[in-house]
Amino acid sequence: MTTVHTLNPMADLATDVDDVARLLTPAGERVVDPDLQQWIEDVDIAAIQRLYRDMVLLRRIDAEGVALQRQGQVGLWPPCQGQEATQIGTARALRADDFAFPSYRETGVVYARGGKPSDYVLAWRGEGHSTYNPYELHTATQQIIIGAQSLHAVGYAMGVQRDGGDQVAAAYFGDGATSQGDVNEAMVFASSFGAPVVFVCTNNQWAISEPVSVQARFPIAGRAPGFGIPSMRVDGNDVLACLAAMRWAIDHARKGRGPAFLEAVTYRMGPHTTSDDPTRYRDKEEVEIWRRRDPIDRVEALLRAEDAFDDGFVAEVAADADALAAEVRQAAMGAVTRPPLSIFDDVYAEPHSGIDEQRAAYAAYLDGFAATQEG
Amino acid sequence: MVQLTMAKAINEGLRRAMADDPKVLVMGEDIGKLGGVFRVTDRLQEEFGATRVIDTPLAESGIVGTAVGLALRGFRPVVEIQFDGFVYPAFDQIVCQVAKLHYRTRGNVRMPLTIRIPWAGGVGAAEHHSESPEAYFVHTSGLRVVAVSNPQDAYVMLRQAIASDDPVVYFEPKRLYHTKAEVHLDVDPADAPPMGLARVAREGTDVTVLTYGAQVITALDAALAAEEDGISLEVIDLRSLSPVDYRTIGASVRKTGRVVVTHEAAREAGVGAELVASVTERCFHYLETPPVRVTGHDIPYPPAKLEKHHVPDLDRVLDAVDRVLDRPNSLTGVEL
Ligand SMILES: Cc1ncc(C[n+]2csc(CCOP(=O)(O)OP(=O)(O)O)c2C)c(N)n1
Repeated sequence: MTTVHTLNPMADLATDVDDVARLLTPAGERVVDPDLQQWIEDVDIAAIQRLYRDMVLLRRIDAEGVALQRQGQVGLWPPCQGQEATQIGTARALRADDFAFPSYRETGVVYARGGKPSDYVLAWRGEGHSTYNPYELHTATQQIIIGAQSLHAVGYAMGVQRDGGDQVAAAYFGDGATSQGDVNEAMVFASSFGAPVVFVCTNNQWAISEPVSVQARFPIAGRAPGFGIPSMRVDGNDVLACLAAMRWAIDHARKGRGPAFLEAVTYRMGPHTTSDDPTRYRDKEEVEIWRRRDPIDRVEALLRAEDAFDDGFVAEVAADADALAAEVRQAAMGAVTRPPLSIFDDVYAEPHSGIDEQRAAYAAYLDGFAATQEG
Repeated sequence: MVQLTMAKAINEGLRRAMADDPKVLVMGEDIGKLGGVFRVTDRLQEEFGATRVIDTPLAESGIVGTAVGLALRGFRPVVEIQFDGFVYPAFDQIVCQVAKLHYRTRGNVRMPLTIRIPWAGGVGAAEHHSESPEAYFVHTSGLRVVAVSNPQDAYVMLRQAIASDDPVVYFEPKRLYHTKAEVHLDVDPADAPPMGLARVAREGTDVTVLTYGAQVITALDAALAAEEDGISLEVIDLRSLSPVDYRTIGASVRKTGRVVVTHEAAREAGVGAELVASVTERCFHYLETPPVRVTGHDIPYPPAKLEKHHVPDLDRVLDAVDRVLDRPNSLTGVEL
């Protein structure tokens, strides 16, 4: 396994994207990894087909999000094209009662946790800050403040320890986030308390315009051992490797051995968000190189080689993707903005006289305004 | 004289400050090649190189904390916090370190740090991208806090902030980044009105409206509308929130006897509370009616689709004007 223990701080660079563990080459050929192999022994062709379907559906949700933004139906969208294997592979390794702490870009994690179409689009449309109940999906609201969720995940895991449960928490964050104090503090807490948490760093090479080299000189997975946390660096475009590595990490945490850390080396194909213009900071050639490492094409090649990519299967997946895309679109277009006074709801869990007074004053104001308009 | 957007005026201010003084450095996230997410630092890295226009790791405490060290070493760092909501990770450094070093060292250490913050809402942004954190900084002694409302002030006040030996928190209203106006780039910042002075944005006789940032535009719109009703509003653009120019405010209040304060930040313990208390203390005998605040509600900034109910618009300002004039208004008849 490409653990950091084999890395050399003087020689290995964070920018080396090929020093990763994998089970599927970019051409879709299976390779044996002595450490990862055992974690996917039960993954048969049907299971690989399901992973493929998940990734295709995720790509479709994402494309729909971008299109909806272009049409003014959502205010902003953070594309995750290219990161499907990382999101699906890791999230599918979680148990339903484990708790995920995703960032804004982890649409696929929300999807894999059972999110509904409205869960992907309504927040980006500006209808609400949170669109699902974290306790129902066992998934925290998608975090915008970089790195903050890593501490929440550790705290949740500390709670699991105290309750005697066997769930794990999964903290998702980007390569940029690893520069934040919060992420480093999360590793200190997790390590000191042996918390059952898995850190998933999606290294997509960029933090908006800043290449990973601004955040890290040594591979990011190499930091965890310094905190006493075992880590692995995997090919983030290889869904089998992501699944296997996440299973290893979860198993480690679930068995009470403490935290584990994954660095998934992948690439953000699109802009940072729909407001971003990546042509200002990165080369077309780089994008082309990564296009040839596409995580979905890779599984398609594998399925073809194993005769599991027939027309029926393709048509079925395409139909599912079309249906889901239509639901996503409907969720955005059919959204009903909440009434004005709802802005005062849920500020506090218990009655608060100050809010009550402001709600009443604003209601009186709106009433008077309506009366004037009628009159 | 040139027509510039506010974003461009700030860009020009940075460029000239850097050209004039090799100790001026610019640092922040995505400010290099990308030129900042609002393009405020556009092309500066090309011109001054990566050692003076520094793309930092993604860590706000790190950005401000290292700027403290650079200032200790004699540099004049201008840091960009990418969005208002991301200043909180740097809050500890700003409040505990930046604000206090001069005091702690009995004046031996200067902190000529400028902290630029794209600020406040009204642009339909995602969560954490529309915060109004100014009161936290105004409450912190040792910091100067300014908020700009037009390209000319943006340019001059930035130059003054950079030239200041004190740390300055410099708020840039996002919703005005693209508004254009004439800018005199050749004014000497040292000769221009100091950044601590307020500006009478519009003269009037009936009610003084105190405001700052993008809300100045709303207040001016309200003044135009009030004029049709025969009411004359004097609009004061505070420009500086710490210190506040009570001389200019006092002169206006003595003339009008009525005060409305408007800002988009929440009301409780906000800048408006301070202004009302101070005006009342200083000008009580000139006041005809109690001052009134019209502000954001005491709620977290709401989702984009509902933000228009939070950020005071000209109608809410006019409603407050009616209140200080004892005219029928939204609270008439409401038992408080
Ligand atoms: C505390 C904080 N600072 C800055 C930002 C603005 N911002 C949003 S995403 C981003 C880049 C994040 O990069 P990375 O962690 O690598 O994740 P990615 O977006 O690449 O998935 C920045 C600077 C933020 N959201 N929060």
